[in-house]
Amino acid sequence: MTAETVSLGSSETVIHPAWVRICHWINALAILMMIGSGWQIYDASPLFGFTFPRSIALGNWLGGALLWHFAAMWLLVVNGIVYVTLGFLTGRFRRKLLPIYPRQVFADLKAALTFKLAHDDLTHYNAVQKVLYAGILLTGVVIVASGLSIWKPVQFQEITAFFGGYDTARYVHFAAMAAIVVFLVVHVTLAAIVPKSLRAMIVGR
Amino acid sequence: MRQRKIIPGVDPKLAIKDAAKLMPDPMRRGFLRGAASLGALAFLTGCNIIDSDSTENALKVVSRFNDRVQAFLFNPHKLAPTYSEADLTRPFPFNAYYNEDEAPVVDPASYKLEISGLVDSKKPWTLDELHKLPEVSQITRHVCVEGWSAIGSWQGARLSDFLQRIGADTKAKYIWFKCAEGYTNTIDMPTALHPQTQMTFKYDHKILPRAYGFPMKIRMPTKLGFKQPKYVVAMEVTNTDRGGYWENQGYNWFSGL
Repeated sequence: MTAETVSLGSSETVIHPAWVRICHWINALAILMMIGSGWQIYDASPLFGFTFPRSIALGNWLGGALLWHFAAMWLLVVNGIVYVTLGFLTGRFRRKLLPIYPRQVFADLKAALTFKLAHDDLTHYNAVQKVLYAGILLTGVVIVASGLSIWKPVQFQEITAFFGGYDTARYVHFAAMAAIVVFLVVHVTLAAIVPKSLRAMIVGR
Repeated sequence: MRQRKIIPGVDPKLAIKDAAKLMPDPMRRGFLRGAASLGALAFLTGCNIIDSDSTENALKVVSRFNDRVQAFLFNPHKLAPTYSEADLTRPFPFNAYYNEDEAPVVDPASYKLEISGLVDSKKPWTLDELHKLPEVSQITRHVCVEGWSAIGSWQGARLSDFLQRIGADTKAKYIWFKCAEGYTNTIDMPTALHPQTQMTFKYDHKILPRAYGFPMKIRMPTKLGFKQPKYVVAMEVTNTDRGGYWENQGYNWFSGL
């Protein structure tokens, strides 16, 4: 923790340094815009037997949604690159997310589902949190790569081929979105149950 | 309910209705209405950024920036993937902003392709003359802005060969196309010179049917479907961006794949 504490110039325990908090909220904004406009784009040619209500989608029509999607993508990607770079460089990913032991994950998951998982020390992630946060980072890579393969199936055709072709890449992109939405529901619910974790993401401690 | 039998997400019969439904109502502010309900965004930003003219302008500025990014990403030597006869999507969907029975009927006998702008020879071309141009063939994927795709087989003349033949100034920035139904479009010169960009006269080795753009469409496997002009009656080599039917309503100008 020392490195992070020093970076804020404070002796108090810093749970989330400023760069994490800034990146987190920019990402929250970007991902909401991406999902909202993505739902409107999906509605133009649905992959499954349902569409998203226009009232919860962004952009009003396909053309508007595409403008939002391809603007918010810059926010998402630039912010994501800054976050991942700092995550590796500062050692935060290694400290917070590793190691992950399957046995611990199952034990913590069981404890969580029976409401016995403690959250007294916010500086330390339990095994379930580690899996969720590492998993959402990987999902982020998948949604960006599958998105690139749909956006540029000629220029980036190697990525498109990796996902099994253009049509399959659309399903991958959708599945990654669905995974993020599920994560968001869990993430926001837990933040509501443990309000001091929300406070930590806003003021840092 | 929607039927999805041939292409995921597309019923050819409904495709046209979808396109019509997706058209913005010109009487209202197209892109932003309805978005305000995404309250979380307003909550996060502390203001209503969504429904304002400045947001609309900002989005358009980013879209123009994305044009430049895409022009930069465009590799003139990178070919779109090609497929085999067995991969063809049958039937290939009709797609336009009007019904199939409203598609233009062009009389082949009186048809002439008008040429204008920065070219040596502005002589109009009859269909017979166009059909005598050396033929190239491609089986490529048509990708619609809506998300669905279909694999088709197109035959015709390489646009770059034709431009050379009419003495076009290939240093010019754009080619502008005008079509029989009133659709227009402007494309960038690098895409016009791409080896797979084709003046298409045939679909699946048969004369282009009316539904697919008789007598001529411009096939560009490096661009989204809505950028591909059908029923082309005139082309101009120009340094002026004259926009296009869909681009003027908010679709991205470059729309490269």
